[in-house]
Amino acid sequence: MRVLLAMAALALVAAAPPARPLAVTLPDAEGLLPERYGVSADAANNNCLACHSAAMITAQPRLTRVQWGETIAKMRTVYGAPIDPADDKAILDWLVAD
Amino acid sequence: MGRYTIPMLTRRTLIASALAAPAAAQVDLGFADNGLRPTTRGFPQKGEMILQRSTPPLLETPLSVFDEADFTPNDRFYVRWHYPFPLEVDPARHRLRITGHVTKPRTLSLDALARLPRVEIAAVNQCAGNGRGLFAPRMAGAQWGNGAMGNALWEGVRLKDVLALAGIKPGAVAVRASGLDAPVVNSAPDYAKSLPIDHALSDDVLIAWGMNGQPLPLLNGFPLRLVVPGWYSTYWVKMLDQIEVLDRPDDGFWMAKAYLQPANSLADVDPASPAGQRVPVTTMRPRALVTNIASGARLPARPVTPVQGVALGGDHGVAMVELSADGGTSWVPAQLGPDHGRYAFRRFRGALALPPGKHSILARATNANGVTQPLRQNWNPSGYNRAGVEAVAVEIA
Repeated sequence: MRVLLAMAALALVAAAPPARPLAVTLPDAEGLLPERYGVSADAANNNCLACHSAAMITAQPRLTRVQWGETIAKMRTVYGAPIDPADDKAILDWLVAD
Repeated sequence: MGRYTIPMLTRRTLIASALAAPAAAQVDLGFADNGLRPTTRGFPQKGEMILQRSTPPLLETPLSVFDEADFTPNDRFYVRWHYPFPLEVDPARHRLRITGHVTKPRTLSLDALARLPRVEIAAVNQCAGNGRGLFAPRMAGAQWGNGAMGNALWEGVRLKDVLALAGIKPGAVAVRASGLDAPVVNSAPDYAKSLPIDHALSDDVLIAWGMNGQPLPLLNGFPLRLVVPGWYSTYWVKMLDQIEVLDRPDDGFWMAKAYLQPANSLADVDPASPAGQRVPVTTMRPRALVTNIASGARLPARPVTPVQGVALGGDHGVAMVELSADGGTSWVPAQLGPDHGRYAFRRFRGALALPPGKHSILARATNANGVTQPLRQNWNPSGYNRAGVEAVAVEIA
């Protein structure tokens, strides 16, 4: 019975593939991360926003310094983010200054 | 439960809102913390969407959209990209290359694909991390509510017919797909996902160019995407331009290191315990979501309160949806809407007699394979495969 239903859902159709070019524009990103309680966001802005916009960071739940450290390590080792190790402390200071 | 707490207006959430590009409104996704998101109409071929991230785009469908129709409109369908992608695509020049463990490598135009038998299938596309923001404890990642999913009628050709053009050699074990998206940093792993050969050769897996009778929106993978009904969206590769037949298991990052879940059917582990052995996420689980009442709503007293929503069965059809207002002690069946096939959304509607006061409405789906949603929410470190019953808090005035 389930097989029959599955087959019924697969029906012959006539829609042709698209032929016309499609071009779009994307809206601007969220901009720079702001200073938090006097802690500068410069290191985070310089190292994080080349690959993703600011909302990727600001949308996260409250993470510990250790968890954020793991995230930085993942960005560096997996995604090849050229994060200067000398900036880690400043990035972490800002990430947990919430 | 955590999801009922009113999110505090932290400095961070205010910043997140203020930073966002022209906001049409703001929604509360019901997270324990930091769940306010702006909505946006700023993305091409999209109406009002919940803005999770502009670059690369993460756009969520408001649950209310699912309340209006069985099929999710293309302009409200959620969007999820890992990497940047071309903003201009000419389908006349687009080519799909079939390479690897085949007798005749092929480079196919859309016209060539169109000469194969055309098929359509209704199927839910759901992100493996749908609902991640609702987990307790929380975890890093795209902080979706439950709107990283949608139901569409996908139109195109069968993957197996395309593979037959290239001739699969004996000993093939997997079929790897990748698209036009590419990382900013060259050393980052290109996005590619594999299906076991038997699955790639099944009737239901398509290469689609159509979505609900229209070309795919660019943000949903124009001009071609893989359609893997019953499996999470991570396999539904967008802007598909390469298919590679493998004679060995795919040891690439996106199969061997990412999108892994604990090796049990619910992907469920104790947050305090090690995750143990992990396996790739694959099939979806049955889920039911109430779409006509937002959690936290105040409703007028009525003899019965209508409750309606949308269910998916995962890799089998939806067999039953039940409602409860007593924590799951007793259940009443909901009426199921039109059946568009085993992989599609099945809408439901029912009613509960709710006296004045606070209530928690539960909706529970069971699929045709007899799998029922658990009352207790499953949990894993990556926030995949959310499968438990969702509770909707309501106050009857």
